[in-house]
Amino acid sequence: MDLSFFTSILFATIVAGTPLIIVALGELVTEKSGVLNLGAEGTMSVGAVAAFAVAHHTGNPALGILAGMAAGMLMSLIFAFSALTLVANQVASGLALSIFGIGLAAFVGKPYESVALASVVPLKIPLLHRIPVIGPAFFEQQALVYFSWVMLAAVAWFLYRSRAGLILRAVGESPVAAHSIGYKVVRIRYQAVLFGGAMAGIGGAFLSVFYTPMWVEGMVAGRGWIALALVVFATWRPLRVMVGAYLFGGCMVTQMFVQGSGMKINIPAQFLSALPYAATVLVLVLISRNRGTIRLNSPASLGQPFLPDA
Amino acid sequence: MNHRNFVLTILGGATLLASTPLLAADPPTKIGFVYVSPVGDAGWTFQHDQGRKQMEAALKGKVTTKFIENVPEGADAERIIRQLAQDGSRIVFTTSFGYMNQTAKVATAFPNVTFFHATGYKQGKNLGTYNARFYEGRYLNGVIAGKMTKSNIAGYVAAFPIPEVMQGINAFTQGMRSVNPKAQVRVIWVNSWFDPGKEREAALTLISQGADMITHHTDSTAVVQAAEEKHKENKNLYAFSYHSDMSKYGPTAQLTGTTHIWGDFYTKIVNEVLAGTWTGTNLWGGFKDGMIRLAPLNSAVSAELKTQVAKMQAEIVAGKLHPFAGPVVDQDGKERVAKGKSMSDGDLGAMNYYVQGVASTLPKR
Repeated sequence: MDLSFFTSILFATIVAGTPLIIVALGELVTEKSGVLNLGAEGTMSVGAVAAFAVAHHTGNPALGILAGMAAGMLMSLIFAFSALTLVANQVASGLALSIFGIGLAAFVGKPYESVALASVVPLKIPLLHRIPVIGPAFFEQQALVYFSWVMLAAVAWFLYRSRAGLILRAVGESPVAAHSIGYKVVRIRYQAVLFGGAMAGIGGAFLSVFYTPMWVEGMVAGRGWIALALVVFATWRPLRVMVGAYLFGGCMVTQMFVQGSGMKINIPAQFLSALPYAATVLVLVLISRNRGTIRLNSPASLGQPFLPDA
Repeated sequence: MNHRNFVLTILGGATLLASTPLLAADPPTKIGFVYVSPVGDAGWTFQHDQGRKQMEAALKGKVTTKFIENVPEGADAERIIRQLAQDGSRIVFTTSFGYMNQTAKVATAFPNVTFFHATGYKQGKNLGTYNARFYEGRYLNGVIAGKMTKSNIAGYVAAFPIPEVMQGINAFTQGMRSVNPKAQVRVIWVNSWFDPGKEREAALTLISQGADMITHHTDSTAVVQAAEEKHKENKNLYAFSYHSDMSKYGPTAQLTGTTHIWGDFYTKIVNEVLAGTWTGTNLWGGFKDGMIRLAPLNSAVSAELKTQVAKMQAEIVAGKLHPFAGPVVDQDGKERVAKGKSMSDGDLGAMNYYVQGVASTLPKR
């Protein structure tokens, strides 16, 4: 087994983990404000089809990403209106959004099913991509891969180092207290939900414009749900989201490499495919054992509706 | 409506129905199709829908067709099948294995409707089954791969280890090694019929591990597309499509493919049912019955190889060449078919092992 083997595993792991990081970071911010939006799968689907359509008509993948982002925000706006303004049940609204989004994307995307999109050339980072082994894996990637790293840093800084992030977390901990000292809880939650929608839309765009440059119904294939699990897996910490995403991606990629190598290793592929979910359950069990750790990171008001005038 | 009127209406309705064939100038017969996935642009359901369209065009004026797509296998399918029968369809095609029990159940409830179930094994007075010998096409794909490979490694992206998929992998391997004994086939199971991301990742993995002939038994075009992309770096990297011709997605990389052709069968069987000559079908057809076809061959395939493949196809049609003609030896060295014999349909339908030449291990059950 040579080094290029290792490089390809690393490369593929990063690619597989990228949409998960982007979507999960958005969901993390949403959940930190106390809102549980289960609509990621549907939002990603709509983002993917919007991005594909725009990238196809304009020939510009960057415009595609913007379209995916805008579509994601529009989708989350529907959720926000229902869950925040009308104070509907968040779980029900989120699930409805997912189902609606998958269907809407299939409907809108019908004419694009037979269209192929040129693949986008990766962006090489000067000098860094020459580092042996890790260079080609980390620094010859699509632009959105670098974007996921920048966003990771930005979200971590925002939540724990900025005043606005502190307010957002306060809203997620105790909307009543935040409201009583004058913060506009609903407005802040709207912004957090819109950010989550934008990120889910970009995650969808990554799939349809960069990862597999095509649109087909059902192409998101459960990645929205994995991203939701990832937030819990990461116990609402940004850095752990990245670790988790690469772990999830790595599990999938490694089992394929083992299968394809012709090595006589007898680990059932199904076991490796199930590993990330088993890991999520394990983490849930572990953090649930200690009430303190949960209270430390998970937003106390997660999923609870808030009515300012009540 | 009181009770007496109700009975009269029913009676009147029944009389009307019974006399309809005498009065009208043969209204078109309604035919229903049940699809497991959206029609889309390529893949299993797309090919069935092509077949439906071909049949409807061939029997213009005599039939009208209707399809319901994206019907989940299981209990919900029964409702859909029943509804088609109730709405007056005289023939119903259910095109996925998982509809078998539901189709059989509805068939007993509607003795005047004829049902056809694809890939299943339950038959009845008004329930026929049909399937295609996809492995014949796979064998020829393998022959081309064996001749054209430089690395002697082929990569196969597969969904689930069921007999139909195993037949394809093994036939491809048999074909490849019939012309190139050094060749080996590597398989990656993605545990999904449809996940373009995973299919692509599996194809790229196989390519990075040296495979220069790539094919798949999954439902999207991702594998052919991935090969087309990597063809720019390795001019000897080629792909074989499955279900549909995917040359639109891999104009330079797709050598050929195994395509499903249902139209001729649908036309023939509907004609038989309409004429009243149908007496039960269990058709498992291959090249001979026109149920599979090779996709157009890429210009990279030499004229000599083209002739050889055409000859072999003719031999398969004539019954002189069988992809699983003995000796067939499995991965562990056990002889599955003795020299001079060919594998029986029963053994084909129960295939659960790799033949020699597949370099991967089968996932344990």
